[in-house]
Amino acid sequence: MMAARFLLRRAVPALRHARCYADAPAAQMSFTFASPTQVFFKEASVKQIDVPTLTGAFGILPAHVPTLQVLRPGVVTVFNDDGSSTKYFVSSGSVTVNADSSVQLLAEEAVPLDSLDLTMAKANLEKAQSELVGVSGEAARAEVLISMEASEAIVKALE
Amino acid sequence: IGQVRNMATLKDITIRLKSIKNIQKITKSMKMVAAAKYSRAERALKPARVYGTGTMALYEKADIKAPEDKNKHLIIGVSSDRGLCGAIHSSVAKAMKREIAKLSGAGKEVMIVNVGDKLRGLLYRTHGKHILINCKEVGRKPPSFTDASVIATELLNSGYEFDQGSIVFNRFRSVISYKTDEKPLFSLDTVASSENMGIYDDIDADVLRNYQEFALVNIIYFGLKESTTSEQSARMTAMDSASKNASEMIDKLTLTFNRTRQAVITKELIEIISGAAAL
Repeated sequence: MMAARFLLRRAVPALRHARCYADAPAAQMSFTFASPTQVFFKEASVKQIDVPTLTGAFGILPAHVPTLQVLRPGVVTVFNDDGSSTKYFVSSGSVTVNADSSVQLLAEEAVPLDSLDLTMAKANLEKAQSELVGVSGEAARAEVLISMEASEAIVKALE
Repeated sequence: IGQVRNMATLKDITIRLKSIKNIQKITKSMKMVAAAKYSRAERALKPARVYGTGTMALYEKADIKAPEDKNKHLIIGVSSDRGLCGAIHSSVAKAMKREIAKLSGAGKEVMIVNVGDKLRGLLYRTHGKHILINCKEVGRKPPSFTDASVIATELLNSGYEFDQGSIVFNRFRSVISYKTDEKPLFSLDTVASSENMGIYDDIDADVLRNYQEFALVNIIYFGLKESTTSEQSARMTAMDSASKNASEMIDKLTLTFNRTRQAVITKELIEIISGAAAL
């Protein structure tokens, strides 16, 4: 009986230590990266992700502070646990980092970078730039500007 | 006066038999088409499901709940234009009617968005004043992200500032079963003022609005994908049982036809024999 009480008193500080916030976030990141038609990563464990957002590009590591961001056209780099990295081009979308270190990267369109063609991208950029001169109307202008931004980002990523 | 029914002549039975055989051919081919569309839809559903659960993750992890006292509600019902798929449309309409009754009874304002002409047909007579948007040409081609964004854009441009909403769709469980499910939609204000959102660092109003609009499209896309898969599988089973029923009717009618044919022959024989015997 006495021994049991002793054990209990010993156990309580340990319990209190485990509930401390600093220990709570997982050392692993649960990374989900998907587009409407394709899943690239599903609750995978990766080391770091670099994402291009409207407020700038930043890298996400496990135990990153929770945040919500909107993506801009650009390159997402995923650094795997074994050190290799893969690059994808995303058009737009959102990224969510939750308190439990899970990251959801949802892109409207995402392709691996090596499936993009530099010459086609340059041709698209030139076409968009020439369209910008002749376009009228706010919605059409916005469309051309978006197409230009996306083409510029692709060209920059491939060079 | 008793009812006198003429025994069906051979001609009547032949006509009926031919028409049922044609119907069976049609239902069989519809089943094949539905099976092909179903396998394609199911394959597309796998990534769409990961995408959809990824979208809902924020709301679940941040435990966002709409406050009870809000008055403007929105229900998006996802179905399609085409029938002959079992209880797909009626189950969604039933769930929507139940929700509308519950919310109106509590004094809230409810508007609905019908994705699919069949829903409009089921709801416009009794709940016509709640209808905000109707979407047609749903179900012919597999739904794409563009379709979902068109629906979301219409909704956002309609000017109806809903506080809280839900999307009602048929969630695909297996080839033979689906379940009418409901997922919540949150308005910008609800998310911004939810207490757990404080832990999310450095979010300005513009980013949150873009994020919410994107999430809305994602949820609608997810509902559309699940709904088409359920619809095609339900159509497959419905056409399959229709073909089976037609086969049964064909068997029964063939037996009746043979019996009638034999009865006619026997009657003619009897007439000939009794005619000959009279001589």
